[in-house]
Amino acid sequence: MSTPQPPMPQAGPAWQAAPGSSYPTYTSPIPVVRTHLGHALASEWTKIRSVRSTMWTLGVFVLLVVGIGLLTGALVGSSGSELQGENPLAMGFFGLLLGTMCLITLGVLTTASEYGTGMIRTTMTACPSRGRVLAAKAIVFFAVAFVVTLTASVFVALVQIPLLEGTGAKDPSGEEWLKGTVGVSLYLALLGLLSLVVGSIIRHSAGAITIMIGTVLAPLVIALFMFSESLEDVRQALFEYSIPNQLSVFYSNSLTQTGPSGWDPLWIILGATAAAFAAAYALLEKRDV
Amino acid sequence: MIELEGLTKRYGEKVAVNNLTFTVRRGIVTGFLGPNGAGKSTTMRMVLGLDRPTAGDVRIDGRHYDHLHDPLKYIGALLDAKAMHGGRSAFNHLLCLAQSNGIPKSRVHEVLDTVGLTAVAKKKAKGFSLGMGQRLGIAGALLGDPRILMFDEPVNGLDPEGIHWMRNLMKSLAAQGRTVFVSSHLMSEMALTADHLVVIGQGRLLADTSMADFIEQNSRSYVRIRTPQRERLLDVLHGAGTTVVERGNGTLEADGGKAELIGELAARHQIVLHELSPQQASLEEAFMRLTAESVEYHAHSETPPAGPWGAEWRRS
Repeated sequence: MSTPQPPMPQAGPAWQAAPGSSYPTYTSPIPVVRTHLGHALASEWTKIRSVRSTMWTLGVFVLLVVGIGLLTGALVGSSGSELQGENPLAMGFFGLLLGTMCLITLGVLTTASEYGTGMIRTTMTACPSRGRVLAAKAIVFFAVAFVVTLTASVFVALVQIPLLEGTGAKDPSGEEWLKGTVGVSLYLALLGLLSLVVGSIIRHSAGAITIMIGTVLAPLVIALFMFSESLEDVRQALFEYSIPNQLSVFYSNSLTQTGPSGWDPLWIILGATAAAFAAAYALLEKRDV
Repeated sequence: MIELEGLTKRYGEKVAVNNLTFTVRRGIVTGFLGPNGAGKSTTMRMVLGLDRPTAGDVRIDGRHYDHLHDPLKYIGALLDAKAMHGGRSAFNHLLCLAQSNGIPKSRVHEVLDTVGLTAVAKKKAKGFSLGMGQRLGIAGALLGDPRILMFDEPVNGLDPEGIHWMRNLMKSLAAQGRTVFVSSHLMSEMALTADHLVVIGQGRLLADTSMADFIEQNSRSYVRIRTPQRERLLDVLHGAGTTVVERGNGTLEADGGKAELIGELAARHQIVLHELSPQQASLEEAFMRLTAESVEYHAHSETPPAGPWGAEWRRS
């Protein structure tokens, strides 16, 4: 009983006579706090860490990135010198590409699942500033996705390089390190954030996940079957700007010689996410919850 | 205090809430009554800023809901007991709500204790029965120790013990000086808890009256009499100072009269009675009469509802 007393009831409620009414007004002993984004962030952090789907999607993500990364490293490393002068970090690409599915799912679930369960009404009642809720979700999700992707990709890179020693792969330069770890992590976290925003617009988990997976895969698949000569330019553009190809640009081994290069993919996804975020915010303000 | 002024909500052609103006006052339980689909939940969602009104205004203590900085300390609401993520534990559900309003964690334990869910605080909400879910929703409403509480059909799905608990909770909350606004489609339930009554049907205000007045006006007791000697009985009863209302098919209704006295009176004057029965119009009947024309989803009925009110909306 010697623990510091929380500023809570137990003591009788404070009473005061209200002017113009025969009834007294109830005044709570809980201190009044002017809420801000920080409160919303704490709330969203509790939400994202307290559901199993977060652990599942991120668990599978890490498993895919690390598992496939190490497998590729081991296979390629034992096959002799076929990576003459290549960037060894590129071997992490396959795991990350598959892992995008997990980040897409988690991103969509962060917003859309609240609509599915009805939790969104409780959330918006507790925080009537809708923009603040969306911003808090975006920040918390982005931070989690970025940190997890960065940790996984750095780990894979550090393990792969010794595995690939005998293949003639070069020592990656500082910029290659930056692009192959921080770059891809920013790109994937933004792709997940785009999914979160789409989830907020669509308000339906399965629908939003389908749209996002379609966005990742459809351009590449369609381009594969564009045999007509006259569609050559379209086919080329679909290849170059497909999300898998943009991801591979971070390892500077694009499928094509033209199209995005350097840090371009990051600016492209940043623009797309910002535009979608603005649309989601406008819709959130306009629509009923 | 919740003030509604000309509050209107249209979904396309359909008018869900039509020009509602009333005030929910503090210190009492205000019952919000109406048949299913009357617009009760829509009204409550507009109070909370979840739905934007098509026209009109609603203010909480003079401010719009989205201008409240710490809304949970102003107004606690239970709209839908299932409005939570089933995979989250009761404790975490309340914790994330508390954090969004800067309410200390210790308060989460307190409200869990208040609603009797401490033992299952770490359990996932999806395993909860309807009654437990309802209690968790109420815990969320109480979290900020708010001065206004709003419950949408809070006794739905509760067992008798839970209903009793809910009634007492609402009364004690109001007795502490809080505003309690509770919706229901059961008049009998409201008669036991509410001090004031707001009745709506088809989104329109049908009544805004104190419970006592409503009971006085609507739960009249009378004696139903049938007799072949109508004229004579009427004379005798008028002579005795009893008000008699004539109903169709030869039935008379003596207001406030005692069946025994009327029987003795009739015997003294040798009047034949075919029926002499004390009647009590229930509040439920009064409520049904009031809302009969505004019930949106009628069960199959032989005769279409008629009356000034129904005629009005059918024409529009």
